[in-house]
Amino acid sequence: MKFEGLPREMIALRASKELKDGDYVNLGIGIPTLISNWIEGRDIILQSEIGMTKTGPLAFGDNVDQDLINASCQAVEGLPGTAYFDIVESFGMIRSGYMDVISMGALQVNDKGDYAGWNNPARGLGNVGNIGGSMDLCAGANKLVICMEHTTRDGQPKIVKELSYPATAKGKVNMVVTNLGVFEITPQGMVLKEIYPGLTPEDVQSVTGPKLIIAPDLKEIEL
Amino acid sequence: MIDKVWKSAEEAVADVPDGATIAIPGFFVAGVPRTLLRALVAKGVKDITMACGCGPLIGDPELLDLLVKNKVMRKVIDSYSLYRSASKGAQDPFEQAVRSGEIELEVYPMGTLAEKYRAAAAGIAAVYTPTGIGSVVQETTVDSKNPVKKESRVFDGKEYVMELALKPDFAFVHAGTGDREGNLQYRRTARNFNSVMAAAAKITIAEVENLVEPGDIVPEFVHTPGVYVQRMVVVPRVTYAITID
Repeated sequence: MKFEGLPREMIALRASKELKDGDYVNLGIGIPTLISNWIEGRDIILQSEIGMTKTGPLAFGDNVDQDLINASCQAVEGLPGTAYFDIVESFGMIRSGYMDVISMGALQVNDKGDYAGWNNPARGLGNVGNIGGSMDLCAGANKLVICMEHTTRDGQPKIVKELSYPATAKGKVNMVVTNLGVFEITPQGMVLKEIYPGLTPEDVQSVTGPKLIIAPDLKEIEL
Repeated sequence: MIDKVWKSAEEAVADVPDGATIAIPGFFVAGVPRTLLRALVAKGVKDITMACGCGPLIGDPELLDLLVKNKVMRKVIDSYSLYRSASKGAQDPFEQAVRSGEIELEVYPMGTLAEKYRAAAAGIAAVYTPTGIGSVVQETTVDSKNPVKKESRVFDGKEYVMELALKPDFAFVHAGTGDREGNLQYRRTARNFNSVMAAAAKITIAEVENLVEPGDIVPEFVHTPGVYVQRMVVVPRVTYAITID
């Protein structure tokens, strides 16, 4: 079973509503990067772990500087108030909790707030993979929002009872935004808070591993 | 007069021995010491450990192919050394060499790698970090051939994993501007791992795009004090594609 739900850009739009003016934010590769398209004009400061705060929009044409890229290896612009720093300082501020919100993609998430994203065993490389900055970002996260498709390409749940892929972090996820709904991780389990219009909670449960708690005030996804 | 400038990249790397560990800064395409690495390939050397930070080798695929084809590397240490796309990775000679066991790959979280170099730069034996607690990186090194057990410790009720300093024999660094006494200034996000690696290595060789006289870099804006830099070479500003796909 597979439901269409929101396109990736709209998952990013919904996640962008979790950011408050004044927040320092780091966005991971994948859908989280698209969040930056929805916050132009807002007082949200993007940190790139390459060593930059107040990362500007993607750069094109004459504005491209090969010495100015974001952590996804895209040419970007600086802004008035941009600061550059080295990698030690960059990860120092990440680990010690200066980022208000972190958003990451994931291969699997469970209802205890564990998630896996750095090593897909299907690649056949054994124990090695690309960790990048993901584990450091989780270690220092005040609020960790996972943005992902609800299921794999062949319809398997990505919200699972137990991770079968190597964990990036344990117990760190606060919220999951997928094409089918918005979920909050609580001590009692995973709460379905918002749902894609036209779907029932049973539909969402049918493509979700752990038993969901349905919020009493369940509403349609707010965009 | 102190003058650390050497005539060529080839001369500056001539004494790098087989088996050396070389720190290679650069975050994907930005701040990679492309000229020094090509000089190293041209010199002919083997069993090198490339101690990286975030994918400088996939940031220069032509260079990576040269390093693999010439069998320069025994081992790569990095946080993000593989192409994002699995299908592209399967075609990549480096990834194939990791699969076959010809090259050993050791992977760390990026911030942990930064601290391993910083510890070496600061004369500290090890650090305790909260990064990776609950994942495999808490238990062992993530190494394609030889995972080694790690120690953890609780401070103030919170768990941390111990990471040892990583002291390279050499660092090849890339700076936009440098003066003859070795003071360096990096451009924008091209700084990344350059400054910490310059301070961590026993011998640091800097390639600079603009050579200036002492005093020309405003002293408050020196990123790497010349004390860390033993050799310099002047290189042209190379234009490169901004992509790792």
